[in-house]
Amino acid sequence: MRFDSLLDSVGQTPLVGLPRLSPSSDVRLWAKLEDRNPTGSVKDRAALAMIAQAEKDGLLRPGCTILEPTSGNTGISLAMAARLKDYRLVCVLPENTSEERRQLLRMWGAEIVSSPAAGGSNEAVRVAKGMAKEHADWVMLYQYGNPANAEAHYTGTGPEILADLPEVTHVVAGLGTTGTLMGVGRFFRETLPAVRIVAAEPRYGELVYGLRNIDEGFVPELYDPSLIDSRFSVGPRDAVRRVRELLDLEGLFVGISTGAILHAALGQAAKAVKANQRADICFVVCDGGWKYLSTGAYEGTVDDAEERLEGQVWA
Amino acid sequence: MAVEVKVPTILRTYTGGDKAVPGSGGTLGEVFDDLDSRHPGIKERVVDGGDLRRFVNVYVNDEDVRFTGGLDTSLSDGDTVVILPAVAGG
Repeated sequence: MRFDSLLDSVGQTPLVGLPRLSPSSDVRLWAKLEDRNPTGSVKDRAALAMIAQAEKDGLLRPGCTILEPTSGNTGISLAMAARLKDYRLVCVLPENTSEERRQLLRMWGAEIVSSPAAGGSNEAVRVAKGMAKEHADWVMLYQYGNPANAEAHYTGTGPEILADLPEVTHVVAGLGTTGTLMGVGRFFRETLPAVRIVAAEPRYGELVYGLRNIDEGFVPELYDPSLIDSRFSVGPRDAVRRVRELLDLEGLFVGISTGAILHAALGQAAKAVKANQRADICFVVCDGGWKYLSTGAYEGTVDDAEERLEGQVWA
Repeated sequence: MAVEVKVPTILRTYTGGDKAVPGSGGTLGEVFDDLDSRHPGIKERVVDGGDLRRFVNVYVNDEDVRFTGGLDTSLSDGDTVVILPAVAGG
């Protein structure tokens, strides 16, 4: 396949079958390899779509400063695009995110502002919103509320899944900004409403949930619960266990959040087997494991890995 | 039904610092009533009128109860109820 530039090569990712992990020929699992995007994560779709929309709306011109709260992948995608398009990028990143993510951001020239570990990404959002007020000329693309984020999946990820797997019965993806599931969910609600849309969200250690008032929690503005059918909270132990299973059985090397998504996908598979129903379950591989090697999730016992992830924003 | 309820840090002032407390009830709503009888005030922090508060998520055996009937979600012996503040990702 040939493209005019790296930016043009986003999307059209492979869908691969997982014959050894699938329970039977009637209940099959399929992995959508979003790690094959330009900077190695599903966030390239949203980041490039948000930039393109902001340029179209006249908000972004060369030399502009982009501001974004991110736990890593969106920032990395924006950093690559910003370098190619001559924007300055300031990312607000929780301080308890992996070193690899920081290095990648710096490598593409992003400036990093650290937000407090307690509170995780909620704090990054709060800090970024404060900075946006102080710098009225900066452009905050704001992945949590930017319709272009979900739109990228409505026009890209969703149709790609349907084209490669017309018999699809379930789509399982991670819930962070909610962009993937909102776009894919809306696409299937409109075209094939029988497809079940399933969300997996990471359950972190206590530190990440912070000590702030419970009324100061955060729900992304993009989130519309009517576009999903069920939602599961997956802790680091199950996520790590599944990441290793995927490596052992299918040879796929994925990031920790994908382990959480696979855990939810296998739950749907088990239900289908029990009900004696056919199922073709597609789940989204958000990124590869490279950025998380230093977390220790890939070696030693699962107990040790779980302990090392305590207090980390691992998804 | 006897269930275990995991309480987030921010609500442990109601449970004397306990991370998990026992609860009983056939539905999630009944469990919160039961909890409130021993830990007065905790229910009001999680439930507003007949619904969960906007920034609170509750899971039964890891599934978000907003998709299983909310406060009417039925429970079985040994179920685990987790209360968590809503957080961002991305």
